Amino acid sequence: MSKSLTKRKIIEKLIVYIAVVSFTLLYLFPLIVMLLTSVKPLSEIVSGNILALPKEPTIEPWLTAWSSACVGVECVGLRGFYFNTIAIAVPAVVISTIVGAVNGYALTQFAFPYQRLVYGLILFGAFTPYQAILIPLAQTLGNLGLSGSLVGLSLTHAVYGIPFTTAFARGFFIGIPSDLVKAARIDGAGFWRIFFSILLPISLPILAVSVIFQFTNIWNDFLFGSSLTFGRDAPIMVALNNIVNTSTGERPYNVHMAAALFAAMPTLALYIFAGKYFIRGLTLGSVKG
Amino acid sequence: MSIQSNLGKLARRYTNVLVVAPSGVMLLLFVYGFVFWSFLISLTNSRIVPVYEFVGLQQYELLWSNGRWLESIFNLAVFLFLFVAFATFIGLLQAILLDQNIRSENAIRTVFLYPMAISFIVTGVAWKWMLNPGLGIQRLVRDWGYESFEFDWIVDPEMALFTLVIAAVWQSSGFAMALFLASLRSIDDEILKAAKIDGASTFQTYRSIVMPLLRPALFTTVIILVSLALRTFDLMVAMTGGGPGFSSDLPTNFFYQFAFGRSRLGFAAASGIMIFVMVVIVMAPFIYSELRNESRRGGR
Repeated sequence: MSKSLTKRKIIEKLIVYIAVVSFTLLYLFPLIVMLLTSVKPLSEIVSGNILALPKEPTIEPWLTAWSSACVGVECVGLRGFYFNTIAIAVPAVVISTIVGAVNGYALTQFAFPYQRLVYGLILFGAFTPYQAILIPLAQTLGNLGLSGSLVGLSLTHAVYGIPFTTAFARGFFIGIPSDLVKAARIDGAGFWRIFFSILLPISLPILAVSVIFQFTNIWNDFLFGSSLTFGRDAPIMVALNNIVNTSTGERPYNVHMAAALFAAMPTLALYIFAGKYFIRGLTLGSVKG
Repeated sequence: MSIQSNLGKLARRYTNVLVVAPSGVMLLLFVYGFVFWSFLISLTNSRIVPVYEFVGLQQYELLWSNGRWLESIFNLAVFLFLFVAFATFIGLLQAILLDQNIRSENAIRTVFLYPMAISFIVTGVAWKWMLNPGLGIQRLVRDWGYESFEFDWIVDPEMALFTLVIAAVWQSSGFAMALFLASLRSIDDEILKAAKIDGASTFQTYRSIVMPLLRPALFTTVIILVSLALRTFDLMVAMTGGGPGFSSDLPTNFFYQFAFGRSRLGFAAASGIMIFVMVVIVMAPFIYSELRNESRRGGR
């Protein structure tokens, strides 16, 4: 290999690494700023800059964010809203994942009349902007006596999650050779038997994708939460937004950042520990081949 | 044979249809039915509660002559174009960088993508703080010695919209990166090796061999980013609230304000339907073509 070619290669590599390191720092910057701000006393925030290291680190802002930060007029912290959101998310995630899995199986492993049309209609539900359904939804929840309740919000998330979970499961089951199911049917196994004893055991990865995607979506929801709940029944992101916008006296930026980190933690942890499934959820159905 | 046993046979034959039916009916009601119901409300003068006295397309006429709505549509157009262009470009760049056999690729990919795990509200809160003119990045750079440095976009009506673009790109470019990277990894190595043997430079290889192969991924990325942009709401609420004035207001916020703040349901419903129409124009051909391609590839 000639000398100039090696030189060019080295320069190319150098450019790549400089770009990668810059991007990495740029992408970590907001997280670092939030962390630093959340452990500084307010006086240091006002006197220093956002990258200044804390001189007297404190976890006081975290404690305040958790149990006594003002959410509107009530100074109750994020705690209650955390549990609200868990109570909303868990049933919705379980219901939508199970229904989606069964749908995906039923759509692909048996002859289904107008399968593609039916699936297309279901899938579009995943892309419908909720602004076009929110007014009737609020009316309906009101008529059912579920207005502003955790149950109403949980049901809402379950129903509007089904297009996503169905898409995940269908994308997975369509790749399973139908011979497997045909053989089982010849042996006399029925619809449910085949599902539970043959397909369910091999579909655990896609169930993980579905659970993680749904949980992230519901945990991070703001639109449904802010439109359909009030006061103490709000989910976490609505509460966080209220904490940040509660302006009485000096703004406790350190508490705001601690609250934001608290709110980000569950989904961030899921992403870090189950990143593979997380990425699959994001890219599934949009990249093929 | 009795009717009953025939029914039983039918039920067994179509168990799969019966199983999907409840979801189908629910989505028919709660997606399509509700959109239609919204449309009906948009044809009325409803205020706090729906009143079904139809006034034709009056609300739509009012909407499209409303200055705030027009401003929000203009803002959306600017935001959408810049957001999609930058997120796609940066995502593509990140994917290409990650594809150069670099060290700790997994860790770096995790860093590029972690903002996707965070909610738009958290992203908005973080960026609002960093863009705070008194205490944020402006202060930081001034502390570094550049006394006249100015970065007060978030309180500048001319620039506030661009702060939303910055935060949204930071949040979503990793998604574009993931799509492009998946597509890059599916390219046959033999083709690239052949190009190298023929003496093509890295740049040439990318321009004339890799880029054309990325076209399907590019198409998907753009469509999904556009649909994300059209529905942007949380981020704007957390960062600018649509301000200063209405300078960073978006149609989704317009809807929210009139539906839940000012109780003008008919008017709000009209704006919701317009957002729906915009999304349908983008998404319906996409879903249609995806499903058609699938059948051409021999899917069931």
